[in-house]
Amino acid sequence: MRASRFVVLFAALIGLLASVPATRAQDRAQDADAAFAELASDNFNRIEAGITALASSGAPTAAPALEAMADGRLFFSPARQVFWKDKAGATFDAKTGAAVSEAPGGLRPVRVNNRIRRALDAAVGSLTLMSPDPAKRRAAAESVFKSRDATAIPALDAALGKESDPAIKKLFAQARAAALLANADAPEGERIAAVDVLAERGDQDVLGLFNTVKGNAPASLKVKVEAGAAAIERRMKLLEGVQNAWYGLSLGSVLLLAAIGLAITFGVMGIINMAHGEMVMIGAYTTFVVQEVIRTSFPALFDWSLLIALPLAFLTAGAVGLVLERTVIRHLYGRPLETLLATWGVSLILQQAVRSIFGANNREVGAPAFMSGSTEFMGVAVTYGRMWIIVFSLLVFAALFVVLRATSFGLKMRAVTQNRRMAAAMGIRTPWVDALTFALGSGIAGIAGVALSQIDNVSPNLGQSYIIDSFMVVVFGGVGNLWGTLFAALSLGVANKFLEPFAGAVLGKILVLVFIILFIQKRPRGLFALKGRAVEA
Amino acid sequence: MTTFLKTLSAAALAGGIALTSFGAYAQNTIKVGILHSLSGTMAISETTLKDVMLMLIEEQNKKGGLLGKKLEAVVVDPASNWPLFAEKARELLTKDKVAATFGCWTSVSRKSVLPVFEELNGILFYPVQYEGEESSKNIFYTGAAPNQQAIPAVDYLMENEKVTRWVLAGTDYVYPRTTNKILEAYLKSKGVKAEDIMINYTPFGHSDWQTIVADIKKFGTAGKKTAVVSTINGDANVPFYKELGNQKISAKDIPVVAFSVGEEELAGIDTKPLVGHLAAWNYFQSVDDPTNKAFIEKWKAYTKNPKRVTNDPMEAHVIGFEMWVKAVEKTGTVDTTAVIDSLIGVSVPNLTGGYSTMMPNHHITKPVLIGEIKADGQFSIVSQTAGLVVGDEWSDYLEGSKDLIADWRAPMSCGNFNVKTGKCGGAGK
Repeated sequence: MRASRFVVLFAALIGLLASVPATRAQDRAQDADAAFAELASDNFNRIEAGITALASSGAPTAAPALEAMADGRLFFSPARQVFWKDKAGATFDAKTGAAVSEAPGGLRPVRVNNRIRRALDAAVGSLTLMSPDPAKRRAAAESVFKSRDATAIPALDAALGKESDPAIKKLFAQARAAALLANADAPEGERIAAVDVLAERGDQDVLGLFNTVKGNAPASLKVKVEAGAAAIERRMKLLEGVQNAWYGLSLGSVLLLAAIGLAITFGVMGIINMAHGEMVMIGAYTTFVVQEVIRTSFPALFDWSLLIALPLAFLTAGAVGLVLERTVIRHLYGRPLETLLATWGVSLILQQAVRSIFGANNREVGAPAFMSGSTEFMGVAVTYGRMWIIVFSLLVFAALFVVLRATSFGLKMRAVTQNRRMAAAMGIRTPWVDALTFALGSGIAGIAGVALSQIDNVSPNLGQSYIIDSFMVVVFGGVGNLWGTLFAALSLGVANKFLEPFAGAVLGKILVLVFIILFIQKRPRGLFALKGRAVEA
Repeated sequence: MTTFLKTLSAAALAGGIALTSFGAYAQNTIKVGILHSLSGTMAISETTLKDVMLMLIEEQNKKGGLLGKKLEAVVVDPASNWPLFAEKARELLTKDKVAATFGCWTSVSRKSVLPVFEELNGILFYPVQYEGEESSKNIFYTGAAPNQQAIPAVDYLMENEKVTRWVLAGTDYVYPRTTNKILEAYLKSKGVKAEDIMINYTPFGHSDWQTIVADIKKFGTAGKKTAVVSTINGDANVPFYKELGNQKISAKDIPVVAFSVGEEELAGIDTKPLVGHLAAWNYFQSVDDPTNKAFIEKWKAYTKNPKRVTNDPMEAHVIGFEMWVKAVEKTGTVDTTAVIDSLIGVSVPNLTGGYSTMMPNHHITKPVLIGEIKADGQFSIVSQTAGLVVGDEWSDYLEGSKDLIADWRAPMSCGNFNVKTGKCGGAGK
């Protein structure tokens, strides 16, 4: 009797002790349940509230569900039950976190818009600050920095204590400073200290934050923030020159690529080739075809697709050029107006042919991993794609230079263009040299197409947008001179980009054209005119 | 040089690509003209519209035609060449004697054919969103006027994203310039200061967006929520969006709302970096409605391509065609004058689950939808106007046009009636 009473008492005591954490866990679970119900709503306000509630519930089921939502893998059933799928496609019940053997029918993705995405970023950010994956911690720090969410400060403090990577630690400190500075209720001393931490980062995001805070900050903080903003603006002003030069170089390299093939066909051979742009387009479409084949048959090779496309584009465009020279252009040597009309007709035929084969719509050419993304260099955004195009254009230029100067074909080519009859007398088969030279120029245009497919539309009209620019570069640089083409392309690119901020894109382009017209009046043979008898021939 | 080239192109294409007509019902058919570019720069957008019209006509013929006669499509190719549009329109009206024409995309092509349709008393259904400031007796505008697209989009950003700083970026021609003028006036009427509006124009086919995107990024650091309203046209959009992705401007920071980017345009882009950027239209393929689903099915079957997408101007042609069929059935004749009169007030189901009605100003009622780009190139609809919006041909926000109205019903029958002076033809400029 006694013993049993004791047992009851003991059991009750244990129950009492256990129930404290049990109810807390229960509360959490209930909070989370209610939050999940909100996520299944059609109303964005309720969904946002659900995310915030879920993030602060502390329930272990919250993080995977929110991460799934950020990836678009969170769904709800007609009965408003919430499920998420992992990347392999298996379904899990969001409330329990348990796998579901069979996904219920009629699942709809949870609705998101930009506001929800921002809330989601902030929530996932504060939940993954302690993630074992450093990349995730870095991303978490960035999203908390952007959300400036004051409720994340305790989590940041905890994370700061544990973090061992100094770079990530710095990011955490900056995120914490941003959250403090943006929070009007934070103590003024801490906010002032936060300005220093942020001023060190000193990028455009910080400038944005400073400008936001400036409006309603107490006097002492305001002075500090304004000084910080002014310092960032000063530095950005200084960087503007560097940035314009870089953008100009990038535009110049595109011009160079587009024009370099023309420097051969028009510059060296003197053929006004209006179908030059279409050779570029053929190169771009070759890239598209190569990528399609790789996508369907050899997906592992995707990063190599551009390298594979290069020789193929050269051969395809070169072959088209060869056919064009043999069938049309060779009958028209020495008749520039007829050549112009004929090649222009050919360009229309090629465009319409491509339109009939591939359709009028743009085709998607993907960027391999090493060409996508960007990095920040001294505050200037440097995109990898553009950087590689600069490198590539210079490589093409160098290769062409070597071909012209150091190979026997180059020698014959120069001989034929300088004195055709003498070259023929020396036993050079001039018609074949003509054909191969034209094919070489076309092939190089094809290579340019591979690069341009990365930054422009792959559509039948691709070539049209480059033909005028190409002629402009070659004429400005001096017909028949490769160095002139290089110099003209880069200087026109840089001039254009320095004019654009003041004059706007439309007027900037017009100003450049006016300049070239005036320049050609003064020096009709361009920047680097060929001298000697070759000119008269 | 360029004029020379242009004339040459016109001649070459006019000669090269002659008209194609379908079917051999020489005697007892009703001819319908299709005036869309099948070659040249605009072919990218307009070819689809030609296909839609052929599908609609084929379908109508399966239902027994119109007034007991078969419909016959007359397809001509104006080759993206504005003067050629006028020539081809004249050919359709005088040589083929079409009962109605469906066509044009750019505003300049419409402006080029407008005098022809007025002179020869034809009917043109124009399916594309445009800048307004026009109403012709012979043109029926089934695309959106600025108040059916641009203004609701700006309202959405103001309310939902709390945007207070605006970049108006457009291609340098009439549609973006007029739309931006209207938007600028509208924003100022809402209390936005001049220094919070940045206006930027670029040439057609602009492909180097580095400087402009960097400028936009800088403009967005003023500590106010910034958005871009894009009237960038056609091909220039792809490099623009690519550059936004490159410079890591996500829709969460600076959203871009576009008026010329639809499902068709997104088909050529990797849309993953664009998720969340917005577009405003009156129709999206993702509209969850049985009529829309049936239409998409039909379209995919007709084109034999399960990946083909539908878009807003296609819906406009569907509405326009239904309206014309209904008006012809009502009058019992294809006589242009009678059909023009009876088109006003005709109401047909649109593809978003409602009815669109032709108003006396020759514009139609439409719902306005705002969609966010999804990773699969479709749009998730984040906002829809509660009711239908009536197209406002003369903007209320422009000095020269706010007193003008159009009403093509009998007593007034005027495209630019000035309510202040009480006179027709009183353009206040």
